[in-house]
Amino acid sequence: MNLLASLFCGIVFGFGLALSGMTDISKVIGFFDIAGQWDPSLAFVMGGGVLISLPFFQLGLPRLKAPVFADVFRVPTRSEIDLKLLSGAALFGIGWGIVGLCPGPAIASLASLNPDLLWLIIAMFAGMFAADIVEKMVDGTKAEPAK
Amino acid sequence: MANLHPFVTALLGGFCIGIAAVMLMVLVGRIAGITGMVFSGIRSPLQNIWSVMFLIGLALGAFLYHGMTGIPHPAYDVPLPMILGGAFLVGFGTKLGSGCTSGHGICGLGRLSPRSLIATCTFMLFTFITVFVRFHSGLV
Repeated sequence: MNLLASLFCGIVFGFGLALSGMTDISKVIGFFDIAGQWDPSLAFVMGGGVLISLPFFQLGLPRLKAPVFADVFRVPTRSEIDLKLLSGAALFGIGWGIVGLCPGPAIASLASLNPDLLWLIIAMFAGMFAADIVEKMVDGTKAEPAK
Repeated sequence: MANLHPFVTALLGGFCIGIAAVMLMVLVGRIAGITGMVFSGIRSPLQNIWSVMFLIGLALGAFLYHGMTGIPHPAYDVPLPMILGGAFLVGFGTKLGSGCTSGHGICGLGRLSPRSLIATCTFMLFTFITVFVRFHSGLV
């Protein structure tokens, strides 16, 4: 049941990405091109998303005991603001400015069956694995934290 | 939906994304962070079938939108070397920074997490800079 629920949530999320314009690189680049023909519309995507998530996480979630199809809520607990977070976010920003798609819209765009997007996804996987290797090297002999 | 103002479709799309994130937490107890799902989904898919299902849903949802509205899929015409280099950076950066626009952006901001706020401001800033350098610096 939780798998069907995940699939359904993914469908709604992907529908939202396509509807919002996040899968359209001309809109994404247009949003970030403040010195050119700036298209502010994508600010409404983040705005709309947070308008829903904020009241839920602040008011709704604390009143709930457990998820419908799972045992516990798994909410991120990390709070450290370190070099890893900052350098990772910076590199992601540079990459997003080059390819025009962040990870969610990149996966959703596979629906267009454009083979270039398959290359994009493969290169993104490679980047994630490379970062994982680098993290483990930096962490040295420290055990990998449980996922 | 084709004739709605872009601000309205962006807002409605943002609502869908927010609702999906809330439903995922209420139903499955998971945060809607695409980076985490992608990485765990390819590293150990059998332990994370739920994330694979969500990712399949993403493509199905986009497919459904274009099928229902008749709006063609947006063109994606970035030169291959840029795709490969840029996507490698997206993967490397999101894994290192533990999140992207969904996990740090939509969910992290909703949780009022300072860590996610800093991450979101950082990647947005660097995307602005990158796009500026690409189109206005004369360097590229």
